[in-house]
Amino acid sequence: MPNTDLAKSNRGQSAFTESGTERKEPGNSSSRAATPAVDIFEDADGLTLLADMPGVSRENLDVRLDGDTLAIEGNVSIATPDGMRALWAEVNAPRFRRKFTLSRELDAGRIEANLKDGVLSLRIPKQAHAQPRRIDVQVG
Amino acid sequence: MLDHLFYRPDELFDHLTGLHQALSRSLAGEGTPNAIRSVAAGSFPGINVGRTAKTVEVYAFAPGLDAKSVDVTVERGVLRISGERRAAAPSGDAKVQTYAVERPMGRFTRALSLPDDADTSKVEARYRDGVLQVSIGLQEGSQPQRITVQ
Repeated sequence: MPNTDLAKSNRGQSAFTESGTERKEPGNSSSRAATPAVDIFEDADGLTLLADMPGVSRENLDVRLDGDTLAIEGNVSIATPDGMRALWAEVNAPRFRRKFTLSRELDAGRIEANLKDGVLSLRIPKQAHAQPRRIDVQVG
Repeated sequence: MLDHLFYRPDELFDHLTGLHQALSRSLAGEGTPNAIRSVAAGSFPGINVGRTAKTVEVYAFAPGLDAKSVDVTVERGVLRISGERRAAAPSGDAKVQTYAVERPMGRFTRALSLPDDADTSKVEARYRDGVLQVSIGLQEGSQPQRITVQ
């Protein structure tokens, strides 16, 4: 589904896509979102997700849960001196965005988020009844 | 403001200063020599460079570092940024399952040669929200001057 809002957005303004689909528009860097690199690991009590989002401060971070979809999004905000012109840019998306689907045994209501030095850390606990229990094998 | 940081200027190749050469990869296609210190695309950390009338500003996108462990050195006109990211995932624990390990870990170094008019006695570095900003002053003589017409 085409997203007209995004196409209309002006440079330097926030272009938020309702559908969350990534659209590449060469020449308009403001509409691009980078996919943050993540580490995900699981222990007995839940999942831990770490995402690299350099340049994103707490005010510019959005962690959202919609049904079973967890969306992390952040705008890069860096103070630059007046009159600066770019000579070189390896990082040229002003936004990070990524979505994950959670499975049912996770307790989405108890997700904890922490942002430090550009690394987002999410802890997604498992529902109490989903934590591992040992099933005794009957011999008989 | 951000446009200036993320916009890759079309006139990039009109300004082939030493700084560009140090960073240029094969942007212009094969046959163009790579800078001797250039690295593969996507190397950690990503670096953006900007310039004002008085400074060259280098931004290294290096989240999750301990600011004390980051080394920034300038030697013979080469700026070098190095540090280490420690593995976040607990290893060796049989009860922990790992699904994704995308974040670069371990020691890193990136180097870029500064323009000839950089004043290496005026270097400042600060680390905020995972971005290391190094600001290098330019020599007085290279700053734009207004010459009074007699």
